Amino acid sequence: MKKFGIKEVVATGIGTALFIVLTEVQIPLGIIPNTSLQPRAAVLAFLAAVFGPVVGGIVGILGHALGDAMFYGSIWWSWVIPEAVIGIGVGLFAKKYQIKEGGFDRKAIVLFNIVQIVTNAVAWILVAPVLDIVIYSEPTNKVFAQGACAFVANIIITAILGTLLGMGYTKIGAKSSSLTKED
Amino acid sequence: MAKLFSYEEKGTWMEDLCGVTKLIFFLAWTITCMLTYDTRVLAIMLATSLILFKLSKTSWEQVGSVFKVILVFMIINILAIFIFAPGQGTKIYGTEHILYSLGGRWVVTQEQLFYELNVVLKYFTIVPAVFMFIITTNPSELAASLNKLGVSYNIGYAMAIALRYIPDVQDDFHKIKNAQEARGIEMSGKAKLMDRIKNVSAIIFPLIFTSMDRIDTVSNAMELRGYGKNKKRTWYMGRKLAKADYAVMIVTLVVMVIALVVTYHDGSRFYNPFI
Repeated sequence: MKKFGIKEVVATGIGTALFIVLTEVQIPLGIIPNTSLQPRAAVLAFLAAVFGPVVGGIVGILGHALGDAMFYGSIWWSWVIPEAVIGIGVGLFAKKYQIKEGGFDRKAIVLFNIVQIVTNAVAWILVAPVLDIVIYSEPTNKVFAQGACAFVANIIITAILGTLLGMGYTKIGAKSSSLTKED
Repeated sequence: MAKLFSYEEKGTWMEDLCGVTKLIFFLAWTITCMLTYDTRVLAIMLATSLILFKLSKTSWEQVGSVFKVILVFMIINILAIFIFAPGQGTKIYGTEHILYSLGGRWVVTQEQLFYELNVVLKYFTIVPAVFMFIITTNPSELAASLNKLGVSYNIGYAMAIALRYIPDVQDDFHKIKNAQEARGIEMSGKAKLMDRIKNVSAIIFPLIFTSMDRIDTVSNAMELRGYGKNKKRTWYMGRKLAKADYAVMIVTLVVMVIALVVTYHDGSRFYNPFI
């Protein structure tokens, strides 16, 4: 694993700022209360895929907690922690996607989407509802309905927007194979 | 344009406290609030936080619009709880006092109303603490004092960068949004769902790519100035913990312990007035 260097510090900082600002952009689905398509979820997956699990995890926790606090004046901890799960989960395979190196090809895209669907499932269908029940004693069927809805919304937006972001960024990134090390 | 609320200098005693003190207060407060479901504890906490909120001299203009959003969110939430689980109160408190029936399984009971009152209380107890923490804490000072507490300065610095760059990124966001709207891209609810996703990405793409550039620029600048070379850093905004800080921390922890003891002494986190 890469060490937490200058680039990671700055990426965490600016990534968190980005995540917080994008809290504002929501596309309501209007079926289940308080869930909507959140482009910030795609951005989190993208940042985690580029910078790795540590950056992803911190951006998830800090971004969600601060974003909620600044926009809604409250923190729903049971939904902050799953966000970190996504950041870490997607970030674990950061080396495989090769986004920054310009290698985000079809195989990497498929892997990225499998990973994001699995981590989103763990986060929203398992972690979030369980924490909702443990912390807030909310009715089981309500929290699972909300969790499932968040899961569907997040995998849709991440599959579309996250993948496109990766493809766009990989094009402008330098190809690692374009330079060879001189012995 | 949604307005974010942020730190504002007012010269109250709360600002003189260290960022860490307020962070500890804030975490202890929200954790206690998460754990307890005791109506008495929640009511006292709510009253206390309203008094503290008053003392912080936060004006209504600063938080009013956010408060309205919370209110709408809360109303939707309690209605949803009732629609999904009208029997949750009975399940928790073990008794059933029916007030009137709305047909089918939707029966309004005293227990359900009491349970939902608790949900609302729980929610509103956190709100003033969050408002206060954000409005009275200087981000740079918080980063400095986090490091003093033993948190790696990289984390403190990342947090400081985040808070420092929120206005900049927000500025970029609105510029890009205005530019795209001028080109005729519809952002409001009038467009269809797929179109809206497409239109939102018209903002997000430029925003992400400028931000990625910014990450490169800032990290190069920091590297040139020797960031991360030494194990320790000194902080311009750093402040020592004063007597008042220790006093607040001790009071906070004592209150937290008392609240939890009162909540859990009978083995259940709920206060049950029905038995």
